[in-house]
Amino acid sequence: MKQKAPVSISSNPHSFCQGCAQGIVNRLIGEIMEEMGTTDKLVVTTDVACGAMNVEVWNFDTIVGAHGRPIPTATGVKKVRKDVLSVAHLGDGAAYNIGLAETVHGALRDDDVLVLVLNNGVFAMTGGQTSATTLVGQKTTSSVKGKRAEKEGKPFHVEDVLGKMDIAYLARCSVDSVPAIKKTKKYLKKAFEKHQRGEGFCLVEILTPCPTNWGLSPAASMERIRNEVIPQYPLGEFIDRGGEE
Amino acid sequence: MGKVSVTTDRCKACHLCIANCPKEAISPSGKVNSKGYEYIVVDDEKCVGCGSCYQMCPDYVFEILE
Repeated sequence: MKQKAPVSISSNPHSFCQGCAQGIVNRLIGEIMEEMGTTDKLVVTTDVACGAMNVEVWNFDTIVGAHGRPIPTATGVKKVRKDVLSVAHLGDGAAYNIGLAETVHGALRDDDVLVLVLNNGVFAMTGGQTSATTLVGQKTTSSVKGKRAEKEGKPFHVEDVLGKMDIAYLARCSVDSVPAIKKTKKYLKKAFEKHQRGEGFCLVEILTPCPTNWGLSPAASMERIRNEVIPQYPLGEFIDRGGEE
Repeated sequence: MGKVSVTTDRCKACHLCIANCPKEAISPSGKVNSKGYEYIVVDDEKCVGCGSCYQMCPDYVFEILE
């Protein structure tokens, strides 16, 4: 089968680190937009972090929101431009630390927005500090002896917070292997289709590696996701309103 | 002509393709591209065009031709 990365995400070279999965996620977004025929209808609001480097990559309309607040910005985009697909693209530090209030209240209002959270367990752009999703025992630049549950807190699970809310879609997926990437594409496409139908708040969390800040090779980072992160952060669909239960 | 086209200038030598190729058809080439990375090379004899490298590559190095 012929396969080629969509022009919308591949015409400009990107400056992400070796093995950063932002490129994989971008390709999935580009492919889904091509399949749905909505490449010119997409407006992505990204965060002031590694994701902001996507501004020079994407051929989509792009906004950089205030740090941690792409979700209310994307909600605003959708309110004034009902014809577009409005996506908030952010990391775990933005969605679950800095912008947790915005994430929770967006879900409580069931805002018509699609949220993509790339969870790599650290604040990557600022040098790999501990974030809400850092695993207990994981060494970061702000927890050099390993994160302690009693000091820095326990890891944050989005399904525990949003799992009982009346939202359209909540899922977690991964990019650690070819089958996982194909499943991620399936979840993302479902979320995009729900968003296109205006069903409400959709959040897809993608477990991604950060080889630079984890201090591992790209292949070893994918191994770590498989062996250490996924057992702590189970994959699957937690909420699929109106779908098959 | 092979089953895969490789844009070597995009390669950042992350080697995710090498780790995920089911036929072990990809290896480091020993040569360096314009960005200073040792890019990869595909062995057309072993390659079956499954697209695993296309799926894993974050830098869009691969294009599956058939």
